[in-house]
Amino acid sequence: MEAPYRQVTGGPIDYLMMDYLAEVTMSILQKQKSRDPARGYATDFVTQMERILPTIVDRGIKVTANAGGVNPRACAMAVAEVAGRLGLGGKLTIGVVTGDDLLGRLDGLIARGHGLKNLDTGRPLNDVRDRVLAANAYLGAAPVVEALQRGAQVVITGRVTDTGLTLGPLMHAFGWASDAWDRIAAGTVAGHIIECGAQCSGGNCLKDWDRIPDMANVGYPIVEAQADGTFDIVKHPGTGGRIDVASVTEQLVYEMGDPHEYITPDGVADFTSIQLRQAGKDKVRVSGVKGKPATDKLKVSIAYFYGYKAVGTLVYAWPDALDKAKAADRILRQRITDLGLHFDAIHTEFVGATATHGALGLQDVDEATIPEVQLRVGVRAREEKPVDRFTREIAPLILNGPPSVTGFAGGRPKPEEIVAYWPALIDKRMVEPKVELIQA
Amino acid sequence: MNKRRSGGRRSGGQKPKAAVGRSRTLRLVELAHARSGDKGDTANIGLIALSPRDYPLLVEQVTAARVARHFKGMITGKVERFELPNLNALNFLLHGALDGGGTISLKTDAQGKVFSTALLRMEIEVRK
Repeated sequence: MEAPYRQVTGGPIDYLMMDYLAEVTMSILQKQKSRDPARGYATDFVTQMERILPTIVDRGIKVTANAGGVNPRACAMAVAEVAGRLGLGGKLTIGVVTGDDLLGRLDGLIARGHGLKNLDTGRPLNDVRDRVLAANAYLGAAPVVEALQRGAQVVITGRVTDTGLTLGPLMHAFGWASDAWDRIAAGTVAGHIIECGAQCSGGNCLKDWDRIPDMANVGYPIVEAQADGTFDIVKHPGTGGRIDVASVTEQLVYEMGDPHEYITPDGVADFTSIQLRQAGKDKVRVSGVKGKPATDKLKVSIAYFYGYKAVGTLVYAWPDALDKAKAADRILRQRITDLGLHFDAIHTEFVGATATHGALGLQDVDEATIPEVQLRVGVRAREEKPVDRFTREIAPLILNGPPSVTGFAGGRPKPEEIVAYWPALIDKRMVEPKVELIQA
Repeated sequence: MNKRRSGGRRSGGQKPKAAVGRSRTLRLVELAHARSGDKGDTANIGLIALSPRDYPLLVEQVTAARVARHFKGMITGKVERFELPNLNALNFLLHGALDGGGTISLKTDAQGKVFSTALLRMEIEVRK
């Protein structure tokens, strides 16, 4: 919550980029909007804007954010209202980018032969059509550029790619053409490096992690870009963290697929062309980025209701901690069988032993010395009933199962709804981004 | 990575495989750092040489087939490898690694965040 304020006050910047939308966020926002038509956006953003609006208006800092969720217009109205309350009426133009929301158009699109096949499984969307909760195309930088060109100081979008929120300001500021593929790719790489905030400036960095200074005051990344597409990753003076070739490389490879083809709506970046160089303390120079033309498709992020899951945990202590946890798992599974409960999946983990690294985790370990192991059992089903019944089988293990057990103060686990993700592609011509301006 | 206490040499009961002759066994954690993430049910691991001079060693020894063997029992699909010599890095895609991935997954590591360090446990042969 502090980061935007520190980013606009900690030193000179021209643009502030903020990404709000995880893959499942849109379904949560659709639910809110269905209950209240004035909701459906990231309300945190409005709170943060309240804090920074006086500064950004004073200094002329522009903001791009996909905080609009499934209701960018309502988000913009809320920001306009805050601006009015702060005495900034007449001083702020807000750009609103829409056109990404396909939920109301799905049947028409399917009827016209756009099957929205699942990119992973190849199944047509019709398989889950009646359970779809949100469907949004990923828009690129183009509508962000349009909003900035028409004078918007704050650009609020729905589902625009994280990279587009960074590339848009660069295209606008330098007048990059939408087919200047190397520059588009460079701006995309810049966006990828900063899209996870401090994850490129020391956060979650494995190399020499225990020597990264002042993480409580970690500096968020800033792109210092030049018109030719070269840029430096830096942070404000006096902040913690570390920007070096290692921290930036770790972020570059994060969530990477085929590095030759990092595909966005704006173009295709070749990550094997990126050159990194330490250009000073906490300063990494990024150059040489090559790009290729954009494809004729947009990615569509669809959320649908899948079913229910629950996870129960208990902690077993030395001696024989792992063996006790294994015995408890066998009892629990026997109970599940005896009760006739059916699940799509039952997943057992032994946290403290094999949960994250599997059998590799025990290679160097004398099992007899393990001080405690958390038994963690999860179940998943389409129906709530068996999941709910499962949650009542954890507590009995405390009195009816292996000894030296604790860690149940949290009580019975709650069944959780699962909203699943359905990635698809759509013909670009089917999606028309729209830009409107709102005067605060 | 912190070499001071990484304990890279195997300290358990098993003997290093090639402690004799002209090579020695090292763990990847002594030569590389890594970050991992997810795309659906696929985990990716970016493996980065700590020193550029060790990158060829990673290319030679940390093959897709070896990584698939390393993660046997933990993934249901194939392993793909991509080379990024410009970053002294290899990128691995581990398919079927995340119990369905995203919100469906029942795993602690549903987003594949620590497959990275699991790979760093791998042992490779280094010529003396």
